[in-house]
Amino acid sequence: MNIAKPNSYRSGPDERGHFGIFGGRFVAETLMPLILDLEKAYTAAKADPAFQAEMNGYLKNYVGRPSPLYFAERLTEHLGGAKIYLKREELNHTGSHKVNNVLGQIMLARRMGKKRIIAETGAGQHGVATATLCARFGLECIVYMGAVDVERQQPNVIRMEMLGATVMPVQSGTRTLKDAMNEALRDWVTNVHNTFYCIGTVAGPHPYPTLVRDFQSIIGNETKVQMQEIEGRLPDSLVACIGGGSNAMGLFHPFLDDSTVEIFGVEAAGHGLTQLHAASIAGGRPGVLHGNRTYLLMDADGQITDAHSISAGLDYPGIGPEHSWLHEIGRVNYLSATDDEALAAFQLLSKLEGIIPALEPAHAIAKVMELAPKRARDHLMVVNLSGRGDKDVPQVGDILKGKSK
Amino acid sequence: MTTRIDTRFAELKKAGRSAFVTFVMAGDPDPATSLEIIKALPKAGADVIELGMPFTDPMADGPSIQAAGLRALKVGMTLKKTLDLVRGFRKDDNATPIVLMGYYNPIYIYGVDKFLVDAKAAGIDGLIIVDLPPEEDDELCLPAMKAGLNFIRLATPTTDDRRLPAVLANTSGFVYYVAITGITGAAAASVTAVSEPVARIKRHTKLPVCVGFGIRTPENARAIASHADGAVVGTALIDALKNSLDAEGRATAKTVNAVAELTAALAQGVKGAQQAAG
Repeated sequence: MNIAKPNSYRSGPDERGHFGIFGGRFVAETLMPLILDLEKAYTAAKADPAFQAEMNGYLKNYVGRPSPLYFAERLTEHLGGAKIYLKREELNHTGSHKVNNVLGQIMLARRMGKKRIIAETGAGQHGVATATLCARFGLECIVYMGAVDVERQQPNVIRMEMLGATVMPVQSGTRTLKDAMNEALRDWVTNVHNTFYCIGTVAGPHPYPTLVRDFQSIIGNETKVQMQEIEGRLPDSLVACIGGGSNAMGLFHPFLDDSTVEIFGVEAAGHGLTQLHAASIAGGRPGVLHGNRTYLLMDADGQITDAHSISAGLDYPGIGPEHSWLHEIGRVNYLSATDDEALAAFQLLSKLEGIIPALEPAHAIAKVMELAPKRARDHLMVVNLSGRGDKDVPQVGDILKGKSK
Repeated sequence: MTTRIDTRFAELKKAGRSAFVTFVMAGDPDPATSLEIIKALPKAGADVIELGMPFTDPMADGPSIQAAGLRALKVGMTLKKTLDLVRGFRKDDNATPIVLMGYYNPIYIYGVDKFLVDAKAAGIDGLIIVDLPPEEDDELCLPAMKAGLNFIRLATPTTDDRRLPAVLANTSGFVYYVAITGITGAAAASVTAVSEPVARIKRHTKLPVCVGFGIRTPENARAIASHADGAVVGTALIDALKNSLDAEGRATAKTVNAVAELTAALAQGVKGAQQAAG
């Protein structure tokens, strides 16, 4: 396919929420007026200096931003190539990048007078961030989580309940993130008058992909400033894992028009791309689900197929629409890492840097292990360490014990 | 262009009664039984048939219709086989309107242009696509109108007067008023919650207005039908079907009758209604 290069990679979406052919507003009529209201409220908030000032206050003193850009000296030595920097999103309050977006959406919900917040969660990181901010602002919080994920991410379920949220295990379909999103949408259609749906990734109907991206762009904006301070120039490459793709979009977006910066997104290849996996771009094609057109895993009849990843946060058969567009236009390179590669990276980073990553960014580290040795020693590579691994310790412990038996 | 839907509503208007619209899932519990069920519906008093297109992720449906779709998918139902089913039905019945109802992705993957040609040829009269609001009319609504199929829009309690003209603009056949904010099969629709919005919609359009979501009993159907041009029942029929299946979810000798009997009772309810003025 021959697609003309745009003047800027950062001007999307259009007024109807399209990134090329991707995105849009594929929702039931009941929700449509709400989505239009949300767009209006977001446009007004963006133009209101008081909104940004209030956000900045919470980002600094509650979330603990800016997050450090840390030179991973021993990982760099071990791989023997590019100079590797970790963007330490795992040090945020609640343990991942998810809180950046949730803070923004909860502030919007308050402006819109909504008192009941619903969310979907896979690994539980978005659910924990939502439960946390609902506790902070005294809002009711209901989190939909696939029953399979409730099982494999117990620590986060306990955290959400301690924070006062109601966790609803979802038994329908594959009982993972996709079904949690279906159930959250069903709740929203039913309780539309008083409920705000806090979506955790850069997907869903317009304006969600845009507003989540904007709230997450603080990751890339800080990285730009920090790299300038440390090295006096732009990084040469960026690497981030992708389920829906919010941590990746947050890091990538501010750099899209810096043509010298190579950008790599890493999907979850599960058991391998010829078997069960969650790599929508590598193994899917454009379709319509959950309010947007994007790359999806499906069969010949357009039925959505099961995704699989060791990481609950990446176990989703779709990807944000802007990523689909960046793939088709060729600005971002989308790679994939298997369960086993992610597990190896999880252990390597833990032992070399004393940082236990979540299984999600372990996929990004896995590709850094391939990319970095092929780069020169003055190549500056930034990898988004989007979450910490505490939640995965029981699951990985079991897997490793099983393996050693 | 006049479709079977237009003809049917004109006949009903002349007869002075409201339409009874039934919803069943294509291929539930298997394609052969499903064909027998849809053949039985008009004989039991259904005026219009809505046929669900199975989808793995039916975001606006409750547990009953979700399960019906999964039963159909499990026995290998596809969009192509749904069209085959309608073709089979049309062999004996060229008058009862058939409306396909479901979600956009299977149609998008089939190919919109090819789908419209094949659907028209199979004898389908209209489409209700839950996840295509007026904002996405270019996708399927406008091509469907061009192909001579009605595109039937859902209006909901959240569709206010400001938005109603946009919702009605490219709607044809009839307007489907969703009586509740919620998923299929959830809360019961009350007459008081229906009469005002139906009257409001009728101030904006000459199209018939049918009401659905939450209608389960003949009494309920009668009450709703006296305030609208039609009453839609889906979940109650699907529950009756499900209760007739064996432990493995397969059809039994009772399955077709279970659906037909409830259809007949509900049809009596609708036919006992005084049609709304206008």
